Amino acid sequence: MSGKNVHEHGVEVMEEILEGYNDGTAKDRKKKIEVVKAEDVKCGINANRKIRPGVMSMRGCAYAGAKGVVFGPIKDMIHISHGPVGCGQYSWSARRNFANGTPGINNFVTMQITSDFQEKDIVFGGDKMLTNLIKEADQLFPLNKGVSVLSECPIGLIGDDIEAVSRATSKEIGKPVVPCRCEGFRGVSQSLGHHIANDSLRDWIYEKEVKGVEIEDSPYNVALLADYNIGGDAWSSRKILEEMGLNVISQSTGDSTVSEIANLTKAKVVLLHCYRSMNYISRYVEEKFGIPWVEFNFFGPTQIVKSMRKIASHFDEKIQQQTEKIIAEKYQPQFDEIVSKFKPRLDGKNCMLFVGGLRPRHIIPAFRDLGVQVVITGYEFAHNDDYARTLEYVENTTFIVDDMNEYEMEKLLENFKPDLVGSGIKEKYSTQKQGIPFRQMHSWDYSGPYHGVDGFKVFARDMDMAVNGAIWKKITPPWK
Amino acid sequence: MSEKIKDHVSLFNGCEYQDMFAEKAKYENAETDAKVQETLEWTKTQEYRDLNFKRQDLVVNPLKACQPSGGLFAAIGFEGTMPFVHGSQGCASYFRSHFMRHFREPFPTSCDAMTEDAAVFGGHNALYLGLQNTYELYSPKMITMVTSCMSEVIGDDMNSFVKNAKEQGYIPADFPVTFAHTPSFVGSHIVGYDNTMMAILSQMGQKRDHKNDKINVIMGFDTYLANYEEIKRIFKLFGAEINLLSDPSETLNSPTDGEYKMYRGGTSLDDLRDAPNSKGTLLLQKWSLLKTAEFIEKEWHQPVKVVNPYGIEGTDELIMAISELTGKPVPAELELERGQLVDAIADSYYWIHGKTFGINGDPDLAYGLCRVVMEMGGEPIHVLVSNGSKDWEAETKENLSKYEFAKGAQIWAGKDMWHFRSLLFTEPVDMIIGNSYAKYLERDTGIALCRIGFPLQDRHHLHRYPTIGYKGGLQMMTWIVNRMLDDIDKKTMYTTSYDILR
Repeated sequence: MSGKNVHEHGVEVMEEILEGYNDGTAKDRKKKIEVVKAEDVKCGINANRKIRPGVMSMRGCAYAGAKGVVFGPIKDMIHISHGPVGCGQYSWSARRNFANGTPGINNFVTMQITSDFQEKDIVFGGDKMLTNLIKEADQLFPLNKGVSVLSECPIGLIGDDIEAVSRATSKEIGKPVVPCRCEGFRGVSQSLGHHIANDSLRDWIYEKEVKGVEIEDSPYNVALLADYNIGGDAWSSRKILEEMGLNVISQSTGDSTVSEIANLTKAKVVLLHCYRSMNYISRYVEEKFGIPWVEFNFFGPTQIVKSMRKIASHFDEKIQQQTEKIIAEKYQPQFDEIVSKFKPRLDGKNCMLFVGGLRPRHIIPAFRDLGVQVVITGYEFAHNDDYARTLEYVENTTFIVDDMNEYEMEKLLENFKPDLVGSGIKEKYSTQKQGIPFRQMHSWDYSGPYHGVDGFKVFARDMDMAVNGAIWKKITPPWK
Repeated sequence: MSEKIKDHVSLFNGCEYQDMFAEKAKYENAETDAKVQETLEWTKTQEYRDLNFKRQDLVVNPLKACQPSGGLFAAIGFEGTMPFVHGSQGCASYFRSHFMRHFREPFPTSCDAMTEDAAVFGGHNALYLGLQNTYELYSPKMITMVTSCMSEVIGDDMNSFVKNAKEQGYIPADFPVTFAHTPSFVGSHIVGYDNTMMAILSQMGQKRDHKNDKINVIMGFDTYLANYEEIKRIFKLFGAEINLLSDPSETLNSPTDGEYKMYRGGTSLDDLRDAPNSKGTLLLQKWSLLKTAEFIEKEWHQPVKVVNPYGIEGTDELIMAISELTGKPVPAELELERGQLVDAIADSYYWIHGKTFGINGDPDLAYGLCRVVMEMGGEPIHVLVSNGSKDWEAETKENLSKYEFAKGAQIWAGKDMWHFRSLLFTEPVDMIIGNSYAKYLERDTGIALCRIGFPLQDRHHLHRYPTIGYKGGLQMMTWIVNRMLDDIDKKTMYTTSYDILR
């Protein structure tokens, strides 16, 4: 960026973007873009609205949110992609929800299990077939602890009654069968899929009083909620919680089980990582069972330490002292070593960060720990409260876009020329063509974990690897 | 760097994490190791196989995607063409991600992002705005639309929607918008390729009185980009003119030079329009072009030749078909290449002869791989194709019955990779050939996997090599024999057989 006032420059870019649209689309997109200053306390973005057709949005659908995010990682359930073959195929092993266990025997995370709808099923309905399918699955995979039925678009359109099938088959196989009405046309993004999936868990696990294993009562029992264990994230976070002296009796949904989901209600405190995708469950559990929940952030030293203290404040002095002890004796030296190694290599770099509905605000401070400023950010599927929360983390003038599309991204890269972009697979290759280093920040670009202390080391290494990769100096041939 | 940073590859092997996992198991309601082991062993039995093959409705790990994705792949090979999905945004995002993970390239696709109101009132308003914004923002020369299962179930009338979009001024009247019906609940990605290719040809082709000297070539759902270069090179050697209909080889192989261009190369729209006037058409896949073949024969009155251009025999058929269609003799260079492939196989086949293979992939590729393997003396035992039709099954059985090396071959159409797992446990083979998902079978059965097919998401750049023609035959043979040697090395590493000379 030139010497121009940063905010003025941002507003100019915003105007240039809007000028490229026809009137209707400009009017719509105007509500989704804002240049906020560090001191701003309000973000005017009107989020969680319909996608403008034809702009090439990055969003997915409700099914992606329900199957890909919430249900898919529960390892001892059979997750049926109910409908035509494609949805399950494209999402097969595409989110790296690590889970221990023997695949196909007591761990079904990396399997594509589908009803593979044919034309006759559209015409005559799929309920009978689904009933038989669930029985077949239970026979072939006898160690499963439950089934989820994840509806694809046609199911809702042809009027199938998956709830009735679920009730009947649940009785028959003696295990929970959880229907989830996450047809891709519902809502405006993945986000409604998260919500619907949360509601399915509420209605078909908690309200039906599905039992987990017996748990020894302890004042230190906690539940780790909404960590999907991408590249092992939840394990790295769990390690911190255990070292603080807490018992993690329930982890979900990454590397989770039906028992752990059910036992969430036995925790003394629910620790919520991805607010956007599972705050519905934590609110429900608070209301129904009186269990408090704490939002926390295990990305980067500043937030890890802050979150550890915040979590510890809900427990007695023993936990608080232990927390301070491990921060001082164990974690801080590791943080110092990593920061001293990588900050000099990343200091002063500008980053564009655009993913999901939570991660940008969680990761901005981790970047700052390494000297990287996030200058452009936003979410694919956030709600208004997420933007309000984002401002807490913004320390410099920041260009914020909701539901960014390919055209806007092109304009932003051209105008701001960031040193690093963190976004998804669909954005990766077009960005790299422009000579800009890129990391996929949904899948950790096949690396990870990024959460926790062990994760921060990998995060720092990867960001250095991206920004300082040898190849980025070879874009222009020597004769040019 | 003082201490090496551990990522997921090794981090969790440490005792800190292993102890944590053991502790966590208490909360998981986990089965005992003995029970898991017992069940695992049971899944390897004939009893389990029988149960597995009895299922009517459950589909586990199929090897097929849905129609619209195949349609997008047909569309992206035309000049300045923006593929477009009439359906939920999620569909478009899934298709794009799927292709991008394979090619490691941008794969633009627009979408009208239909939501619940469109499901109730029809998708026309979304489509009008979608076309308008796509046209204005991304300046395509053509938009090719495919449908999703949602728009198919509600029965949107694409023909009148496109007409209305033009009449109401959302897009210019003369702007080409081609569209195909690609219901996800019929067929698979190869049927979507066929439907979309036929739609593009029938909606864009302009018949003239006189035929020209070109030969149309359509590759089918072929994700090996070097094959597009290979067929052009072969035609050049013949001194014959090719009209390659859908050529994504530039747009999916663009340079990193500081600038991103959404469209690169592709079949020019002029060549597309001229396709009906070619003197003949050559199809390099059969099962992904059934309707297209019929259309070209009936509507364009062209001779249509279909070949399966893999290995020596398949390439011989390709070369003779070109010779026949063009009336030109086989160039000496190609005869030389043929001899070089025969030479290479003669050097290597001892490691393959008598070895058994489990092959899975799309119908045309699976049959081609059988022939490639048999030319090295290998024996296909299981040929499993999730999107193989009854016709494919019958024809492939008939074709393979002519080969000595296919005596033990069993053809499994419409089966999935969980069926395949049972087959591999009860009737093991020496090598699996398949796509990236087959690595799960390699893990479960311990049988070496040679990666040929689509998608290949866990290995890099394999799609940049040819698989058709004599050069493609050499490439596939190299992959197969070296994978076999890697496996033998692995198995003999601590024995006297760990030879330098192989």
